[in-house]
Amino acid sequence: MPESAAPLVSLKNVNKHFGDLHVLQNINLDIARGEVVVVIGPSGSGKSTLCRAINRLETIDDGEITVDGAVLPAEGKALAKLRADVGMVFQSFNLFAHKSIVDNVALGPVKVRRSKPAEAKKLAMELLERVGVANQANKLPAQLSGGQQQRVAIARALAMKPKVMLFDEPTSALDPEMINEVLDTMVGLAKEGMTMVVVTHEMGFARKAADRVIFMADGQIIEEATPEEFFTHPKSDRAKDFLGKILSH
Amino acid sequence: MEGFTALFEQYDVVGAFWVNIQLAFWAALWSLILGTVLALMRISPIPSLQWFGTAYVNIFRNTPLTIIMVFGSLALWSQLNVSLSSDFTTNFFRLAVLSLTVYHAAFFCEAIRSGVNTVPLGQAEAARAIGLGFLPAARIIIMPQAFRGAIAPMGNVLIALVKNTTVAATAGVAVETSSTMKTMIEFYPNLMTQIFLTFAIGYVIIVIPIGLLTTWASKKLAVAR
Repeated sequence: MPESAAPLVSLKNVNKHFGDLHVLQNINLDIARGEVVVVIGPSGSGKSTLCRAINRLETIDDGEITVDGAVLPAEGKALAKLRADVGMVFQSFNLFAHKSIVDNVALGPVKVRRSKPAEAKKLAMELLERVGVANQANKLPAQLSGGQQQRVAIARALAMKPKVMLFDEPTSALDPEMINEVLDTMVGLAKEGMTMVVVTHEMGFARKAADRVIFMADGQIIEEATPEEFFTHPKSDRAKDFLGKILSH
Repeated sequence: MEGFTALFEQYDVVGAFWVNIQLAFWAALWSLILGTVLALMRISPIPSLQWFGTAYVNIFRNTPLTIIMVFGSLALWSQLNVSLSSDFTTNFFRLAVLSLTVYHAAFFCEAIRSGVNTVPLGQAEAARAIGLGFLPAARIIIMPQAFRGAIAPMGNVLIALVKNTTVAATAGVAVETSSTMKTMIEFYPNLMTQIFLTFAIGYVIIVIPIGLLTTWASKKLAVAR
């Protein structure tokens, strides 16, 4: 894990409640430039909320989140500008249903970055080529398989040239045979040095690509370690229990 | 049958319907625009705009059209001296369009909002996540899908609007269908059935294509998910 420079994403004493439920309890987390952090934990542990808080799709009650040194703005143009620099990949893909695949990818560069449409389209085609769905460019999202849609969603996020990419359970809505094509794309990104926060249940991905594994339960970070250390020698009972349940098959 | 011939020779039935069609066209255009603005207000993140949109819809959706129409012509024009044209007929026509617009915008707003509800929340989140603000996200992502999901309910509003143009008689639009019908009844009380059938069938002929068209379009333009 690179430790020298200032963290790219930093969460300090972050708290959030959903009614009575304290979903994020005093979270402190620094993510270095180029680091790949995988967040795992049982459902309801707050890992998705944590991921969504980083681009303020979830507001927080108190604490501070900074991205590249800047505190997350509350709303308005400044927030939109920050979100443009933070790529997000959702569990349910969320491709714009009325736009073609290539338009989905080119839309951000044109409407947010003010690129020329022709340049944006060229960039979009390059990215689609890279994620392996360039031959589907003129179809609508509903005509693609889940795995293809999710790879397009990754290309859409990449088109903004983000500083950091957030993945909120990117493979949880996919049929098993499509999971690998998405994970391979993500491993490729990690190797190229993209800073990534990945909420996932894919332990194979964590082992292969993560610099650090964060284990969350009940709104708290229980344990953080390298994947090797975490999977072979988990320290906390919660983590041992969790790994016992998912690795026993 | 000769009853119909007498009526059609004496009165410009087609001309009367043409006035209603014009009323409906302009009122539909303006109330669609106003209704879209109101719907944007209601889904906006700004509380005062939400409040205004909600208040508008609740006031005008729950006020009888006749009362709005009477206010539009009598109060606005004769008491408050609001004139929309120096020409007497045009002035009343425009006041009637204004009243129809004010009333039906509330219904268009709600039809469009029902269309917004057909757009999954994830679409808005994805739009925000790539850095689009509220208005660009609404214009580029949400509204195009919402309109396509709102075609059938908007068709209903349009059908109601077409028939509601007959209320324009109360606003002093003299040559439209319901005032023509009243005049006919006065002079030909013996032809009551023919008079009734003339206007009933006339409206059915105008309205049925709207229903067919919107049903077809709502299927054709549905967003595949």
